Amino acid sequence: MNAKTLYDKLWDDHLVETYEDGSALIYIDRHIAHEVTTPQAFEGLKLAGRKLWRTAATVAVSDHNVPTKDVRNITDPVARVQLETLARNCREHRITHFDIGDIRQGIVHVTGPEQGWSLPGMTIVCGDSHTATNGALGAWAFGIGTSEVEHVMATQCLVLRKAKNMLIRVDGELGAGVSAKDLILAIIGRIGTAGATGHTMEYAGTAIERLYMEERMTICNMSIEAGGRAGLVAVDDTTLRYVEGRPHAPKGADWTRAVEAWRLLKSDPGAHFDTTVVIDAASIEPQVTWGTSPEMVLPVSGRVPDPADERDDTRRVGIQNALKYMDLKPGTPLTEVAVDKVFIGSCTNSRIEDLRAAAAVIRGRKLAPNVKLALVVPGSGLVKRQAEEEGLDRLFTAAGFEWREPGCSMCLGMNPDQLSFGERCASTSNRNFEGRQGHGGRTHLVSPAMAAAAGIAGHFVDARGF
Amino acid sequence: MHAFTTLDGLVAPLDRPNVDTDAIIPKQFLKSIKRSGFGPNLFDEWRYLDKGEPDKANEGRPLNPEFILNQPRYQGTSILLARDNFGCGSSREHAPWAIVDFGIRAIIAPSFADIFYGNSAKNGLLLVILPADVVDRLFAECKAEEGYRLTIDLAAQQVLTRSDETFSFDYNAGLKHRMLNGLDDVGITLQRADVIRAYEARRRGQAPWLFAEG
Repeated sequence: MNAKTLYDKLWDDHLVETYEDGSALIYIDRHIAHEVTTPQAFEGLKLAGRKLWRTAATVAVSDHNVPTKDVRNITDPVARVQLETLARNCREHRITHFDIGDIRQGIVHVTGPEQGWSLPGMTIVCGDSHTATNGALGAWAFGIGTSEVEHVMATQCLVLRKAKNMLIRVDGELGAGVSAKDLILAIIGRIGTAGATGHTMEYAGTAIERLYMEERMTICNMSIEAGGRAGLVAVDDTTLRYVEGRPHAPKGADWTRAVEAWRLLKSDPGAHFDTTVVIDAASIEPQVTWGTSPEMVLPVSGRVPDPADERDDTRRVGIQNALKYMDLKPGTPLTEVAVDKVFIGSCTNSRIEDLRAAAAVIRGRKLAPNVKLALVVPGSGLVKRQAEEEGLDRLFTAAGFEWREPGCSMCLGMNPDQLSFGERCASTSNRNFEGRQGHGGRTHLVSPAMAAAAGIAGHFVDARGF
Repeated sequence: MHAFTTLDGLVAPLDRPNVDTDAIIPKQFLKSIKRSGFGPNLFDEWRYLDKGEPDKANEGRPLNPEFILNQPRYQGTSILLARDNFGCGSSREHAPWAIVDFGIRAIIAPSFADIFYGNSAKNGLLLVILPADVVDRLFAECKAEEGYRLTIDLAAQQVLTRSDETFSFDYNAGLKHRMLNGLDDVGITLQRADVIRAYEARRRGQAPWLFAEG
């Protein structure tokens, strides 16, 4: 009796008190700040004459507005003011901040786990919906709004209502050349972008257990694209190996004690899940999105869907609108869709394993002539350095890819890296919404290997054996 | 957040229904990294004859003499008299930020938009709903009498005129507690500071690595 899910355990461990209306005060172990969603929160503190509840719990990194080419030359005045404001706020409150030029600077969700800022068993928040990435460590991590950022900084707590439990069990093993990105895109295709609304997702099963830590981060990262505010993976040896030795991981006797506690961070046998989805890993092929929502996704062997085949009126109109925006004709094989640009990066796919997977596809070949620009943007300065030590940068540049400085880059069009109107991009990012990568830009979400292969072929192609 | 107990203030009549949040604070001002300083751009498009921009100084901009808040007799207004559905439109919290920054502490109208109502309570701006016929009378009195003032007593949930007429209004008990004590969401949680500290002490014993400094 009383078997708990991993989420139940994390909730109970952080419960400060419950209220009559069903909400609860939840303690937050870690808040990671970036420049876009924090200025008004810091100002709110100042106006109210409040200080941070526990300064060491908050850390900061600049990422969204950072240019990836000429990092010192920020031409957008709004972006510059936001970056300067974060730096000033961090100085005033004595918050650790990795600014442009610091080798540890990177995308907030890459830097957190890399530094050991994010640890198993923690509650982790950040003013960004992809905070769920950190759930791969067996942490309860979720995005929050600016007023909640202020609340966390002032009280180290949030008032929350408990979400439902959802289990995504992935049985079997992913096929050779099929990546974590393909898996999460297939999951989103299966359950839809609202499939996990109101739930905390736990990813489990043999296929998940076999993934590297960084692959698990890719999976948890896109929980929000399935509607889930948080996604979790239980702690195992893979987790512990990843965490051990990180700059802010516990050391010595603390490490031993922590490992003992972290070993318990998994769902008990027989724990109740409100919703369970079972996926057969072996059935999954490399994926390509064809529309303007992450759930509009198909195996690369597929064809652009025909709205006429859709019986539901709302969905049919949705498909028609997406095809119009994406300039695609029903029935076209996805392998015949040509790309103008390639983007390898973002909090979803910019870690060393992602860059290795992309580089492995190149094998001495060059970008297709129709590909105008192909960017490789490492997730942090440390990822960049490691990739350079492994010679990956030279593999990319020899093929015609541009090797950039770390940042959010073309994922969200808040910095100079953007698509021009009508351009089509093979992108390893997480959102294919209209205009996301630039006004009128057309985004196809794919894995790093699939993006690299599309760059070489000039169109989408099955990266397996390419 | 400032506490709101009683307010005795000069009243200005903004005689138009459906005042939306774009009118209250136009979208170009949302790029700001601040939540203060919006007062000079409150009702920007009605108040000035040129177009306001975030990086443009407001001093010296041509004022619209027709606009109520530009008229000499309404300088120092802290209570706005308004019509139905005030605050409709987007969810921007910049709207109450701008109104409070301007110096208005209360608005009296027959109805308000929902999101604006919630955002106002979070920012110490008291929204008083009175029946349309009462609001009509207040409009008439306010326009007729220069220096027209009202007193709003939140604890008693009453609006008092100079001729000692009183009008009662409804107000949510939870919001009233917050307003009277100047409690925002953070303030309410901080009332539980002892409980949070007790949690931290317990947790620190179980998982000391979570409380490492630096």
